[in-house]
Amino acid sequence: MLKLLKYLEKKDWSLMLVIVVLVVTQVWLELKLPDYMSEITSLVQTEGSQMSEVLSNGGYMLLCAFGSLIAAAFTGYLTARLSSKHSLIIRKKLFNKVENLALQEVKGFSTSSLITRTTNDITQVQMLMSMGLQLLLKAPITAVWAITKILNKGWQWSVATAVAVGILLTVIGIIIAIVLPRFKRVQKLTDKLNSVTRENLTGIRVVRAFNAEDYQEEKFKEANDNLTNQQLFNQKTFAFLQPVMYLVMYGLTLSIYFIGSFLIRDAGMADKIGIFSNMVVFSSYAMQVIMAFLMLAMIFMMLPRAQVSANRINEVLDTDITIKDGNLDKDITDERGTVEFKNVSFKYTDAEEYLLKNISFKANKGETVAFIGLTGSGKSTLINLVPRFYDATEGEVLVDGVNVKDYKQEFLHNKLGYVPQKAVMFDGTVKSNVVYGDNGKGEKSEEKIKEAIRVAQATEFVEKMDDGYDSYIASGGTNVSGGQKQRLAIARAIARDPEIYIFDDSFSALDYKTDSVLRKELKKYTKDATSLIVAQRIGTIMNADKIIVLNDGEAVGIGTHKELLENCEVYRQIALSQLSEKELGIEG
Amino acid sequence: MEENKNMNRHHRNGFGRMGGPRGGTGEKAKDFKSAIKRLFSELKPFKILITIGLIAAVVSSILSIMAPNRLSDLTDEISKGLVVNSENLQELASTVSTNFAENSMQEIEIDGITVSIDDQMKFMEILSTMNLESEEIDTNELYQKIDEMPESVQDVVKPFMNIDNVKRICLFLVVLYVASSLCSFVQSILMTDVANNFARSLRNRISVKINNLPLKYFDKHQTGDILSRVTNDVDMIAQSMNQSLASLVSSVVLFLGTVIMMFITNWIMALTAIAASLLGFVGMSFILKRSQKYFTDRQTELGNLNGQIEEVYSGLNVVKVYNGTKEVDKKFDELNKKVYIANSKSQFLSGLMQPIMSFIGNFGYVAVCIVGALLTMNDVISFGVIVAFMTYVRLFTSPLTQIAQSMTSLQSTAAASERVFEFLDEEEMTSQENITKALDKSKVKGNIEFEHVVFQYDNNDKPTIKDFSAIAKPGQKIAIVGPTGAGKTTMVNLLMKFYEINSGDIKIDGVSTKDLTRENVHDLFTMVLQDTWVFEGSVKENIVYNRKNVSDDTVKEVCKEIGLDHFIRTLPHGYDSMISENDSISSGQRQLLTIARGMIKDSPFLILDEATSNVDTRTEELVQDAMDKLTEGRTSFIIAHRLSTIKNADLILVMKEGNIVEQGNHEELIKLNGAYAELYNSQFEL
Repeated sequence: MLKLLKYLEKKDWSLMLVIVVLVVTQVWLELKLPDYMSEITSLVQTEGSQMSEVLSNGGYMLLCAFGSLIAAAFTGYLTARLSSKHSLIIRKKLFNKVENLALQEVKGFSTSSLITRTTNDITQVQMLMSMGLQLLLKAPITAVWAITKILNKGWQWSVATAVAVGILLTVIGIIIAIVLPRFKRVQKLTDKLNSVTRENLTGIRVVRAFNAEDYQEEKFKEANDNLTNQQLFNQKTFAFLQPVMYLVMYGLTLSIYFIGSFLIRDAGMADKIGIFSNMVVFSSYAMQVIMAFLMLAMIFMMLPRAQVSANRINEVLDTDITIKDGNLDKDITDERGTVEFKNVSFKYTDAEEYLLKNISFKANKGETVAFIGLTGSGKSTLINLVPRFYDATEGEVLVDGVNVKDYKQEFLHNKLGYVPQKAVMFDGTVKSNVVYGDNGKGEKSEEKIKEAIRVAQATEFVEKMDDGYDSYIASGGTNVSGGQKQRLAIARAIARDPEIYIFDDSFSALDYKTDSVLRKELKKYTKDATSLIVAQRIGTIMNADKIIVLNDGEAVGIGTHKELLENCEVYRQIALSQLSEKELGIEG
Repeated sequence: MEENKNMNRHHRNGFGRMGGPRGGTGEKAKDFKSAIKRLFSELKPFKILITIGLIAAVVSSILSIMAPNRLSDLTDEISKGLVVNSENLQELASTVSTNFAENSMQEIEIDGITVSIDDQMKFMEILSTMNLESEEIDTNELYQKIDEMPESVQDVVKPFMNIDNVKRICLFLVVLYVASSLCSFVQSILMTDVANNFARSLRNRISVKINNLPLKYFDKHQTGDILSRVTNDVDMIAQSMNQSLASLVSSVVLFLGTVIMMFITNWIMALTAIAASLLGFVGMSFILKRSQKYFTDRQTELGNLNGQIEEVYSGLNVVKVYNGTKEVDKKFDELNKKVYIANSKSQFLSGLMQPIMSFIGNFGYVAVCIVGALLTMNDVISFGVIVAFMTYVRLFTSPLTQIAQSMTSLQSTAAASERVFEFLDEEEMTSQENITKALDKSKVKGNIEFEHVVFQYDNNDKPTIKDFSAIAKPGQKIAIVGPTGAGKTTMVNLLMKFYEINSGDIKIDGVSTKDLTRENVHDLFTMVLQDTWVFEGSVKENIVYNRKNVSDDTVKEVCKEIGLDHFIRTLPHGYDSMISENDSISSGQRQLLTIARGMIKDSPFLILDEATSNVDTRTEELVQDAMDKLTEGRTSFIIAHRLSTIKNADLILVMKEGNIVEQGNHEELIKLNGAYAELYNSQFEL
């Protein structure tokens, strides 16, 4: 938690100082109130006091109250600003950090966890910051100050107050000790209930097909009972808190009066009034002390949760960025559109096994190089080395004859048109999704966009949409189908005019026909561009200039479709599983 | 356009539950009154408990209103111990001085205390040092002098505080406080019970409802939306039932009770206290109103920002490779800034509440003291009344804030319960009470007949299937082919009676499916879909799923048959290994699991969706073999992707844009040279 505070700027720290001063002022004024109260009390009590004195004291008291209101307002204003600013800064830091994380690290955290860290966790921390800044400062100051004020006004009362605080803290402590660990269980049980419901919803057809409605309902009921019973236990335990607090507070007032009555009885005439007004004052200060301790207890209840969030944020911020940017931002060779792997091996930082072993090949300008292999053979990993989602552990990946690590990433990326396995759509329009990003060549023209959409075989459905090219696309592309998404993602790559296309299994959601037409059109449109294609279907890659067959991270075959059918067993197997011998053109 | 965007981005519940005043998410019910009415009518089964709980709340409030009055009695009693017994003092002084003047000093007895002549002399001596002539006697001086006087004199003039009375009042108050907190404890235990049990029953009802809704409902509503009704909305209702309802009742009682008590005690003071507090509340409600807007702003802005973060993180690699970072950063900064501004404003305003409240308290206090002092000096009221009013002011202000808070939280509750009940009120599937026919799974031959089937989705303007007729004979394989989105799943939906057809008929062994219950139809079909559905549970549970009396041996046998046994035995606990969502089980293995599940079900008809997913070759072979096994001896409808399946099918249904455009076997369709031929040939071209 404290670690996150270092992200505040100097200016903010001076603001913090102002807040401290304000809080001290506020407490000072608030604690002056009982003084005036007692003054007023004894004035009222004593016969023959002047009304003007009561008025002036009342006036002062109001002034103090108003002053403390103003101080509190300023404190509130500043802490709101400070904590909001703090979360602004951390959020920005975190966001930028995530942007620069390598794919490996992102996977390590998982995307959804990174999202929660940037959203919910930061909100958690901010809540503690804004509440904590005020309470954490105010409570101890109030407690200490109030205690010093009443300490020498009668030890009997002090003892009573101490006992009250003791009882209160013990009860709160016990309740927290019982309930806090069970809160975590509630979270788990809620998750369980959610997952049972989600399960029923996502598998609704299966559930019905198997007439398993009762089975699911039974399961839900059990999860529901577990959750409800745990909630009941927790909340009933918590139900103790309020009456105990009430009892302690009023009990204390009562004891102070009770003790007071004896003190007054035994005191000399001259001291009696003094003791009486002390008693009134003391009871209000004692309340302040109790309230201060309650505030502290509240913070301690919030702290663990915020602490968990803070740790999760720090975990991300402390991650080392493994992909360091190069500084080459212009071409220094005459090669264009080439991709070369020289003895490339790759393994994850902590892994023992290599995912890719000693891969070498070269894709020349205008060539199509395809990668095929079983799941887990390393196809995607291999092409992910080109845009530097990962860096090769050994060997070199060269684009246009230069190691990709030497390029400024922005410059390298301008050469590439990458289409991921899962098409990514951004909140916006068809057009804004296609022109997405910056290719260092300025704005993309309207014709360019339409052309890209045409080549990607998307014109037909785009023009059918309500607003054509300006039709709305929801974040994640939830309002278009999988095949449509994929085509738009391909159009996006085409609109970039890249030297090198990277298709990471980007045709899987297309039917055979669209797939083949699209590739034909693409070939026509981008004669000079190099393509790297990862695919599952033999049909998609059959006509590539070079096919690289991967098995357990090793290239077990490089060649054309024909060559591989003859001399690569793995390739033959894959091919045969999809097409008959006749269709493959193998006789016998 | 812009509006549309915001609507889509509005994260209704995801982030609505943090920050802000309790329940102040700015969500409002469409019809507050009827929503609350409905909520209460649903609460009927808990009537007795709620009534007891509310009575306890009322009693607790009444008791705590009674307390200040007693406390004021206590103070009065104590203050009796402050003032000298001026009557006795006067009597003593006059008697002594008279006697002294007449030179007839003798022992005097007052209230049974004897004052000796010696003491009387001392008394006169001390008294003479004081200036008794002046109008105003300095009380402090007098009291100091009294302390110097002889014991017997002190005893005579000392203030009289009845310590027994003090004890009695204190005891009474203790009983009062304990009783009041007991009541409030009983109240919160009961309300907790009611709230949670109500929530439990709501959730169970939702769960049952899910399974009674027609499938078309789920085509229109997202999983997340229904999920949030089960959790967030129900939680919201439970929470506010637990906190707001009782606190609303006790606040109202407290409020009214305090007002009444104040007027009974002293009407001038009562008016003062009320006027002083109201003044503050005018300002407060002004702020509350304004802050509501900022809280809504905050939620919207936060939703927007979170949407952006989600989008960027999930598309991170695209953002990077397309050099979209600058663009994204710009947008992020903009949204982040907006959140910052909304955050500081809403937080500032919500932070103001507390200080304003305590100022109102203090203001009321001073007002009460000043007016009280005036009245005391004029002997209209006793000091105890002031003390009582000091507490009344506190008692009076706190329920008002609580009422305000409960009202906002009731608003959100109304909105939440509206959503929950809206779901529970959705139209259910048609009743099946009149259906008498039934087909026995073991006796069905396996004929299916489509007779002029017409089907149209609710939200489509054209029928998806128009006038489709075909006959499937026992044991035949029917392949359904066509590009993605051609409506292949529609066929599944109709066969399984997930949807009702508009006209025409589907007959199983000559019996119209309209005359069969859904359960009966489901029983006749085994369905293996592409999106393999496994749930959290053991491997065995996943395979046996809902079938009763399936022996472990049967499970093993089936798994052996489809080549899954080996894999399962490599798992740490074999058939009892737990499967969870992100497990090491590959999609191919999941597929095998669902096939095994289908095998166990053993129905005369089969619906099979062949996988195109990324399954590695070895597993894919296993899956295909397993699927082939599954089709043996069953009339099978296969959404086909494999050419071998398609070519071997007895009947191919070619679908395009929702329609069955061609039907026949492979040779016939190739000859036709239409859609099917085009589809078939496209795989060999580049």
